[in-house]
Amino acid sequence: MNKIFAISNVVLLEMYRRKDFYVLFIVTALITAVMGSVTFFKDPEIVRYLKAICLFLIWASSLFIAIGATARQIPAERESRTIFPLMAKPVSRAQILLGKFLGCWLACGAALVIFYAFFGCVTATREHQWPLANYFQAWALHWAMLGIVVAMTLLGSLVLTAVSSNITITFIATVAILLVGRHLHQVALSMAEPSATIIAGLYYVIPHLELFDLRERIVQNWPVVPWGIWFIALVYAAAYTALLLLLSWLVFRKKALQ
Amino acid sequence: MKTTRPFVLLLLLLALFCSGLAARIDRWFMGWPGNHEDSLNPLDVMIGDGQKLFAGSFYREADVYYHSGFYPTIFDNRGAFETPHMAEDTGAVASHNQGGEGGFLGPPLDFIDAFNRHFTPNRHSHLDEGGPTEDLSKSREVREILPWLKISSELDPENVQTYIVTAYWLRTRMNKVAEGEQVLREGLRHNPDDPQLLYELGRVYYENYHDLQRARNIWESALRGWGKQMAGKPDSDKFNFDNKFIVEQLQTHLALLEEAAGNFDAAIAHWKQAKSVSPDPGGLQKHIDDLRQKFVTQTNAPAATSH
Repeated sequence: MNKIFAISNVVLLEMYRRKDFYVLFIVTALITAVMGSVTFFKDPEIVRYLKAICLFLIWASSLFIAIGATARQIPAERESRTIFPLMAKPVSRAQILLGKFLGCWLACGAALVIFYAFFGCVTATREHQWPLANYFQAWALHWAMLGIVVAMTLLGSLVLTAVSSNITITFIATVAILLVGRHLHQVALSMAEPSATIIAGLYYVIPHLELFDLRERIVQNWPVVPWGIWFIALVYAAAYTALLLLLSWLVFRKKALQ
Repeated sequence: MKTTRPFVLLLLLLALFCSGLAARIDRWFMGWPGNHEDSLNPLDVMIGDGQKLFAGSFYREADVYYHSGFYPTIFDNRGAFETPHMAEDTGAVASHNQGGEGGFLGPPLDFIDAFNRHFTPNRHSHLDEGGPTEDLSKSREVREILPWLKISSELDPENVQTYIVTAYWLRTRMNKVAEGEQVLREGLRHNPDDPQLLYELGRVYYENYHDLQRARNIWESALRGWGKQMAGKPDSDKFNFDNKFIVEQLQTHLALLEEAAGNFDAAIAHWKQAKSVSPDPGGLQKHIDDLRQKFVTQTNAPAATSH
């Protein structure tokens, strides 16, 4: 376990030095500030449009950070040949994979803490309330979702040759699942065979990332999701992450590194 | 050393050619109907009428907020949401909705669908009734629809519903009557003599300012505006569902106003006009009969007392 933490620590340090997060955070804060400076009909308490914009930017930024950072991990090690001294140490390929995953996922979690703290402050300036339980649920589900995305990107970086194609394909797949994932079964109902079976099968196979999107509930001030249901969603995310990591390991253990 | 003279001359020639070409194109451009020369709005120049598509989607977004996010997608049955509820509830827009408001999702199709519904807004509610908490003291939260309506009206100033909905919620739930009136006048600047806008403006004077005379003038002007708009149109267009609705509303409100002012003759005349376009003529006829009876009793009462 120590070896996994050591590798993840290196990844965290690398992410800390990179400018991605800072740039995205400043862009998010600037756009939110500009949108927040607009008042409609002299009513300073109108806030939901601002919450929606801010959360959208947070989601976009987090996906960019997660996919962009993870996609580079193993290809960069292979390209610069630093993977060989790493493999010369007493670490297995599984530990390298888990270390990379953990580093990226922890970095995403830390970034999300800052993003959600900013969101909470922006909201509190107008709504004068702190629904911390709602924010905690939203943050945790968002982070769990990023776990699946990070694992998916890691698998992509082992299967696809170019970093750019991995980033593009993973990003498109993630956004597509978020937008139409929950409606695939309805689409399948109106299709002819064999398309209907294929689409319905896809519906059951894909990780339903939209489950973890509590934005609409947060924006519209809905009460917290029942904690039992929330916990099941976390278990669902953990299962998919584990499955994707297992697949990544199966690919990585036989992969020629040169 | 090479002389630079030919290059300078060439440059001058090119500059002359470009100026001539620009003058020629400019003359043609000024005469072209699609040049947007009357607008300084960059959106007008860049996307033109495409703005109306965006305006429609922002208008819909306002209704999504009115329902606190519980809203059908393109994959769901939208029969009960054909007319936005935020507009329907103003009483100034005819409803084309059919079916139950809360049942567009139907029963869950599978376990993923059932589980998914815990994470999205899952109950029908209106913001002016407190939203998901159903706390009526929060009815002012209907203000959250206003940014989307404002953007929508900026993009499509010809959509009168946007002004009506904005003005109604401003004056009824946020007690901003002057702002509501201003929105309607802004709408009238873009859509002169529009009967729907004038109807809503008349309501502002009748319900908020209690100025019966101005309300009457505005509603009569709305009927004249409607007549002007319908001049030369076939009856099928003239008396379609939406037109019948607005005429009925105008005549009904004028009748109520005349009743309140004690002008029973005028009130009965307006009720008769309302009856001709009403989906419930029987109910209106009963009201007219009651009013006639009341009128006869009132005119006979002074005669009886004088005997």
